[in-house]
Amino acid sequence: MITIPYITALTTYFSYGLLFAFGQLRDFFRNIVDWWKASNLQGYAPICLGLEDFYIRRLYLRIQDCFGRPISSPPDAWFDVVERVSNDNNKTLKRTKKVSRCLNLGSYNYLGFAAADEYCTPRVIESLKKYFASTCSSRVDGGTTALHAELEEVVADFVGKPASLVTGMGYVTNSAILPVLIGKGGLIISDSLNHNSIVNGARGSGATIRVFQHNTPSHLEKVLREHIADGQPRTHRPWKKIIVVVEGIYSMEGEICKLPEIVSICKKYKAYVYLDEAHSIGAVGKTGRGVCELLGVDTADVDVMMGTFTKSFGSCGGYIAGSKELIQYLKYTCPAHLYATSISPPAAQQIISSIKVILGKDGSSRGAQKLAQIRENSNYFRSELQKMGFEVLGDNDSPVMPIMLYNPAKIPAFSRECLKRNVAVVTVAFPATPLLLARARICISAAHTREDMIKALEVISRNESGVKYAATAMLCPSL
Amino acid sequence: MELSNNIATTLMNSMKNASDWVTFAYDAPFARAVVFGVPIGGHLFVEGLLLVVILFLLSQKSYKPPKRPLTNKEIDELCDEWVPESLIPPINEEMEKEAPVLESAAGPHTIINGKEVVNFASANYLGLMGDDKLLESCTSALEKYGVGSCGPRGFYGTIDVHLDCEARIARFLGTPDSILYSYGLSTMFSAIPAFCKKGDVVIVDEGVHWGIQNGLYLSRSTIIYFKHNNMESLQTTLEKVTQDNKRTKKLRRYIVVESVYQNSGQIAPLDEIIRLKEKYRFRVLLDESNSFGVLGGSGRGLTEHYNVPVEKVDIITAAMGHALASEGGFCTGSNRVIDHQRLSSSGYVFSASLPPYLASAAITAIDVIEANPKLLTKLRDNIKTLFTGLLGIQGLKLASDILSPIVFIVLKESTGSTKSDLQLLQDIADRVLKEHSVFVVPSRRSTLDKCKLPVGIRLFVSAAHTESDLRKAYEALKAVAASVFSTPQN
Repeated sequence: MITIPYITALTTYFSYGLLFAFGQLRDFFRNIVDWWKASNLQGYAPICLGLEDFYIRRLYLRIQDCFGRPISSPPDAWFDVVERVSNDNNKTLKRTKKVSRCLNLGSYNYLGFAAADEYCTPRVIESLKKYFASTCSSRVDGGTTALHAELEEVVADFVGKPASLVTGMGYVTNSAILPVLIGKGGLIISDSLNHNSIVNGARGSGATIRVFQHNTPSHLEKVLREHIADGQPRTHRPWKKIIVVVEGIYSMEGEICKLPEIVSICKKYKAYVYLDEAHSIGAVGKTGRGVCELLGVDTADVDVMMGTFTKSFGSCGGYIAGSKELIQYLKYTCPAHLYATSISPPAAQQIISSIKVILGKDGSSRGAQKLAQIRENSNYFRSELQKMGFEVLGDNDSPVMPIMLYNPAKIPAFSRECLKRNVAVVTVAFPATPLLLARARICISAAHTREDMIKALEVISRNESGVKYAATAMLCPSL
Repeated sequence: MELSNNIATTLMNSMKNASDWVTFAYDAPFARAVVFGVPIGGHLFVEGLLLVVILFLLSQKSYKPPKRPLTNKEIDELCDEWVPESLIPPINEEMEKEAPVLESAAGPHTIINGKEVVNFASANYLGLMGDDKLLESCTSALEKYGVGSCGPRGFYGTIDVHLDCEARIARFLGTPDSILYSYGLSTMFSAIPAFCKKGDVVIVDEGVHWGIQNGLYLSRSTIIYFKHNNMESLQTTLEKVTQDNKRTKKLRRYIVVESVYQNSGQIAPLDEIIRLKEKYRFRVLLDESNSFGVLGGSGRGLTEHYNVPVEKVDIITAAMGHALASEGGFCTGSNRVIDHQRLSSSGYVFSASLPPYLASAAITAIDVIEANPKLLTKLRDNIKTLFTGLLGIQGLKLASDILSPIVFIVLKESTGSTKSDLQLLQDIADRVLKEHSVFVVPSRRSTLDKCKLPVGIRLFVSAAHTESDLRKAYEALKAVAASVFSTPQN
């Protein structure tokens, strides 16, 4: 749980208040000006409405140069960030020809497969020549090539389940599969900080949704007991089924799921476990098999295992792994399998090849080295950041480490300062986090060397945005 | 008997007592007293009494059944007793059917079970799959950028080719800006909830594909369906909505249509839709997945086909996994519409971006389309050949438009249920593949899909199909249909 210091909360509220007030003032004058000009859209309600639009125009646009920075190279340990200029107070940004070589602390390139790889890239290009860039067809029609069949076997074997189903996008995997598994009369109990794709999938299913406190098994048990006893709302009929949805590593918190406790609770109450390993598969565990391996959970106890290939494997797409029957059923009815174009063959080949490297089936020990490296790098970087007095979230072994910024003004300050010194960091604000809990997120890669990390730590530490909250809290414990 | 008599007597007695009391109160000497010139009637005494009774009752606690929350033991019992359904229904024969595995690329000719077949199951409309220029651009992008982008667009997942691709699409269509999505299916179901919220009114064709249906469901707007591709039905619906709801003027109102319906092969009459939209002041969302690169003189889609200025359509989306032989999807429209999505569209914000080589493939594909308008003529000729070749097929009929790259054949007479229809069509498709080496597929439907249109066999025509491929296809279908429908069905 993040506890925001009292003074910081106050100043953060004040900052947002000020931004809001000035935004409203400017909108007031803007409306007067607009009123003079005749609108050509009479009879139409405005297409962008309300606070969301206000937030974009008056808050986000001021700092939009910190987001969506284009790059012109692979997202490896170092990459080329394209410089942008604005002539209208950040309303629009234009790309320039200039690039700056920056240290990449933002991409989900956990194992360093983002850049060209001696083993993967030649095979990927070979598969491009054989199967082309796309099948132009859904899996159930003409989109299943021998490569796709192989991929599903490799993935199932890697995650430790009898069968798997692969789609071309991780987001769609969650949002199209949850509605197939559960519907009206069912209950989805979801961690409060689950990813948006799970939230959308759950909403799309029509099932009742309840939330338990982030990563708190005791609260999960409480919610489960309460709801099994109560049954469905109003009718009090017993639930058809209950699915508990958790993530392996929470991408905005860097925390590792308390899976063993959650699995045993679910077993006790006969709820099904749906585990989203988007950030953990390939990144943690002795052989990269994710949180189950890391925490010693038998994969047979997890009913549905989901994950993506965008992160550790440097490709795209997502998978669902489970029992043979589950996958058969999904292949029969899942919209992502029936309607969406199948995953691009070169991307499929990248996944197969990178898994082979991870498992050492390429005949080298590169995979094991990468896995050892990411662990060592993450733990080193996290402990150094904590020593420096930053408020760092997350658990050991997790390659994701958010640094709390809180104040809206510190978001651009931190990001721009780091970029100036050639370190590219990701800052995250609303809507990806709650309004008060803006943060910078560091993603460590196995491709980072010790020198890279020392440089990064130096730049982050010298950053003058004043975000060493843990240090200030120690100095003045009364606050 | 005696008891009831007794009760009656007691009741009578107490009634009498009460009335005695009242009479006593009226007749009491002080009841006729005069205080400050005001005579106090006996009723004042009764009222005083009532007041006392009311106060007494008010001072009492109202009756509430005692709350007895479930004890832990009871909850334990309930938890033990609860038996969940299995995660998935039992697997039946129908579900066990696996899709055919292609042993080569899904081009116009492909290999299934070691046999070369003509492929009508891939929406490779312009035959760009395997085009040398596309392969070249993909290869160089793969060498330069690797495969994945390893991040969402906001967090260093924006690669310069993404921006180039967005600009290229916008330039090709003549729109101010466009936005790339990493998957075709997610384009519509992310773009719609970015603009429609609870309370907004959406009028939508009943034949739209699942991506749109899901987007509408997630938006929680008021959804009203009109009859498939029926403009009279659209007009009456618009009229009714505008008349019924006085507040409609203040709400955002949309018409959602597909340009070529994936579920029927029909083409939406855009000119008529635009006329109605302007009359009733609705906005139009158009899904051009199957018409982008296909319809219009230079492949700019339905707007070009109907000579409608592209800015009259407010939001256009399309998947790039069809004519462009790439993957992903895009949305195009005014700057405001596009910029809004960059922060409010969940599939864009919360998902890793499109692999750069696929963006570069899309750019090259548009270049190729612009340079070779002949591809479009070839495709149109091919569609016409197949369409006319299939006329008069036994037991089946053509449901699609003559210009649609999806040639859609449905049963003349339904067998009674969608399930059995599909089974029959699947049998036909299987036989066509087995006996004639032509790969066609029925339009299978997910259990989540709400579309009510009849299922059929879908043939995706490509400019890369030769005359003999097309002949082979319609002859095969006709031969199999003849043998299936000549034997009496039971």
